[in-house]
Amino acid sequence: MEIASGLLHGFAVALQPGNIIWCFVGCLLGTIVGILPGLGPAATIALLLPLTFKMDPAGGIIMLAGIYYGAKYGGSTTSILLNIPGESSSVVTCLDGYQMARKGRAGAALGIAAIASFVAGTVGVIGLTLVAPPVAAFALSFSSPEYFALMCLGLALVVLLSGTSLLKGLLSLLLGLWLTSIGTDLFTAQSRFIFGQATLLGGIDFMVVAIGVFAIGEVLSSVEAGEEAKVLPVPRGFRNLLPNAQELKACRFAFLNGSITGFLVGCLPGGGATISSFIAYGIEKAVSKHPEQFGKGAPEGVAAPEGANNADTGGALVPLLTLGIPSGGSTAIMLSALVLWGVKPGPLMMQESPDVFWGLVASMYIGNVVLLILNLPLVPLFAQILRLPVYVLFPVIFGISIVGAYGASGRMFDLGLLVGFGLLGYAMSKLKYPSAPLILGFVLGDAMERALRQSLMMSQGDLLTLVERPISAIMLSLALVILLIPLFGWFNRLRLRAITENG
Amino acid sequence: MLRAFLKKGDVISGAVLAALGVFIITQARSWDYYTLDGPGPGFFPFWYGVAMVVLSLLLVLNAARADTDGDSKADWPATGRAMTVWLAFAVSVGLMDFLGFLISFALLAFFLVAVVFRRPFTTAAVVAVASALAFHLIFPVALSVSLPTGPFGF
Repeated sequence: MEIASGLLHGFAVALQPGNIIWCFVGCLLGTIVGILPGLGPAATIALLLPLTFKMDPAGGIIMLAGIYYGAKYGGSTTSILLNIPGESSSVVTCLDGYQMARKGRAGAALGIAAIASFVAGTVGVIGLTLVAPPVAAFALSFSSPEYFALMCLGLALVVLLSGTSLLKGLLSLLLGLWLTSIGTDLFTAQSRFIFGQATLLGGIDFMVVAIGVFAIGEVLSSVEAGEEAKVLPVPRGFRNLLPNAQELKACRFAFLNGSITGFLVGCLPGGGATISSFIAYGIEKAVSKHPEQFGKGAPEGVAAPEGANNADTGGALVPLLTLGIPSGGSTAIMLSALVLWGVKPGPLMMQESPDVFWGLVASMYIGNVVLLILNLPLVPLFAQILRLPVYVLFPVIFGISIVGAYGASGRMFDLGLLVGFGLLGYAMSKLKYPSAPLILGFVLGDAMERALRQSLMMSQGDLLTLVERPISAIMLSLALVILLIPLFGWFNRLRLRAITENG
Repeated sequence: MLRAFLKKGDVISGAVLAALGVFIITQARSWDYYTLDGPGPGFFPFWYGVAMVVLSLLLVLNAARADTDGDSKADWPATGRAMTVWLAFAVSVGLMDFLGFLISFALLAFFLVAVVFRRPFTTAAVVAVASALAFHLIFPVALSVSLPTGPFGF
């Protein structure tokens, strides 16, 4: 009953005219960004975050979430028409989507992707609605040691799944922890790592790190590639976008598979849409009566990963909203946004900020409908975005980055840092260091240090407190097992296959 | 080719991170490790500094041990292209203190279109002027978001 009344309250918030508009704007921007190769959802959310500072938290988070799941819808368009994934979570969609397009079924492939995204996206939100309240209730019993252990577990999973080298993932995480220590220690007012710069006493602004590493880093990497790709024509007319009865029938199981796999994998920190789309594709191929069709334009091969990609959103918001633990780059930025607005994600969020929590959940039901409408009849229009020359796009991204980094603080110093972090982001992608652990380490570092120090204060310096409490003991053991996994050959081969096939 | 580059990159980046780890440890040791109230400001940095040194040395060792296929180079023209863009961005940010956002950004856009993407000067000029003006009208004028200003007030 509590869930039903919460959701009703959420719809009352989400259906306010202002919030409907923000939901629409978020979905529209997300779709556009999803279509543009070279600019991911994390970068876009980071770029647009400063614009939401003046908004009320419910409207702001509704828009940011719209960008997040809108980009996932849009990502399939470039996979199908260009064989270039707009986002890493759309890599698998290329396999069969592009083949369908080459056979003249581009419209049907886009249609299946949109329908699968809608069905699974909605299932994911239903999952979020039902699962979040009990998880939050369970987490109410958590104290500092449990939070510290939970963060270790989340970070371990992110490191495990973010790149081929575990060492590089861990180093990226440690770099994030160091960057977040810069500034004043909240317990003792000791200044740390400020290099004599008074400006650094308040710490480094999250925006500068996120925009630099994601947006500038991504642009510099795309500049390397240089050339523009050729788009396959999108058939005009709504009817040409609808899959035929035979194709829909083939996708029945794929819709279900994508929904469930996507949601479950999404709930795990570090799971993420990329991994879930790969797993759903694998399951679909394994149970199919004609696996030889996969990779040659099987409609299920589009429906399963696209579904999983979108059901993942609902899953990823479970740990973010109920535990305050983001599962990847985009959710890490959303966490910082919530904190900036004074909303504290965690077990008490449902009671303390019902407008934001339930408003966001309800808006996602609406957002999925908005996206279905945007993506089915308007796909030919959006495909025109692909004709926007990159030489126009790149200066614009630089401009927005400058506005984002300078607008929040008004300090030239931050622009200097932005230049530095842009180079760092590029170097990391060039040397194959994953950037998600750095951002997560930066976002969670303060809370992690606080939880550890509080735990040790509570136990008068006894480290055993972390393993004497059952929940934290289980989570820390799991984190340890996760980091030892690569030592087991067969599992590591599986992990590497999952990551490399996902780009 | 990529492997050889990554190997070299791993050794260099590992060494840089190890040095950073040593720096973190030395700094952390100058702050209280433990106080009467519990762990001090040096406690957490000390341990992640240690972890950073250990892991980066492992990375260097792994890279040194791995085989390489022949003497090959990274894709330097592509890297050069990216670095040119980064440098242009850095210079334009540096100029912003003196020239303001509008002019510095227009210069950056012109450089990107004309030099990096090799489009005609007229195209570059149109993109530069139009995008700089659009930013000026949207952010400082319509949304009252402050941007660096130069001697001309924009």
